[in-house]
Amino acid sequence: MNANEFSSIWVYLSTSPLLGLTLTLVAYIAAYTIYRKSRFNPLLNPVAISVALLILLLLATGTDYKDYFEGAQFVHFLLGPATVALAIPLYQQLGRLRTLLLPILSSVLAGVCVAAVSAVASAWLLGASPATLLSLAPKSVTAPVAMGIAERIGGLPSLTAVLVVTTGIIGAIVGFRVFTLLGIRNDSIKGIAMGVTSHGIGTARAFQISSEAGAFSGLSMALSAILSALLLPWLMTVPGLAL
Amino acid sequence: MELLIGITTLLVYQLAGESIVLLLGLPVPGPVVGMLLLFLTLLAKGRTGVHLEATANGLLSHLSLLFVPAGVGVLVHIDMIADEWIPITIALLLSTLLTLAVTAMVMKWTQHLTGGGTENDERQ
Repeated sequence: MNANEFSSIWVYLSTSPLLGLTLTLVAYIAAYTIYRKSRFNPLLNPVAISVALLILLLLATGTDYKDYFEGAQFVHFLLGPATVALAIPLYQQLGRLRTLLLPILSSVLAGVCVAAVSAVASAWLLGASPATLLSLAPKSVTAPVAMGIAERIGGLPSLTAVLVVTTGIIGAIVGFRVFTLLGIRNDSIKGIAMGVTSHGIGTARAFQISSEAGAFSGLSMALSAILSALLLPWLMTVPGLAL
Repeated sequence: MELLIGITTLLVYQLAGESIVLLLGLPVPGPVVGMLLLFLTLLAKGRTGVHLEATANGLLSHLSLLFVPAGVGVLVHIDMIADEWIPITIALLLSTLLTLAVTAMVMKWTQHLTGGGTENDERQ
């Protein structure tokens, strides 16, 4: 097959959802295999690697993101049911949740406020544009909820999605080093902090440490999604941050 | 059948959540309301059931995959990110470190105050 034939086949296939969907799954499986072979080195985060592989491929073939998303949306769509599914680990941790209710609620509340305010304030000081600031505010919240919040407060949902994924990856990479520095040994605390900071990507990382850390991370990610959805639209209208 | 019932349950709750948000004009995304509804249902029923557990485990064990399409969206905003990459990078790094530290320390202190963490700390 010559290059011409290949490119005409690619052009034909890239208009069908099959290509985007298959590429997403193949890239993720490849990235996850690399991650597993590296014995879960946090620097080789599977989201970062698969995103990088796909971007290189789209750039190399001149494929539009829109055409890619035609297929990738089937994976993207599952974020909704996955958010609903968080009710299950939440319910399974009910006993722990009851005894730790006050510490969990106060730390998640503190985390939600610090995540939004510190990101927006530091970017504002460094001269970021209003659209970037509003898109940054929900960056620690799980993607479907964060995109909903961004839309509501006047940010760009698709930019927020990118910032959310980046925050997730940073948290997954640095999280457990921060806990070691702070002398945190308790898995429930590690899980709560990972979930608030780095949502689903942090939760995936926390599950590698222990199922307890993972469940608490899922719990705090769900709680922070609820609290952020309620608080952020209000927090972003606070005087001084009026954009 | 297990998976089919599980995923249908999740979709029904998501749909209910989206409908409630639209009807009442709530400031919360639909799937979050769906999650709350499902959580309340589980509380009332007192158990999760095998179908839901299997489906939720399947979906949540590869949660990272679901973020990939949105991550590739960086392509769309490449110009904006190129212009503002310094404030964006510093804000993300700083805020991530700060959020991790503050959340963990607040939980540690409040756990000591309320005595909720003693059983945990002894085990460690």
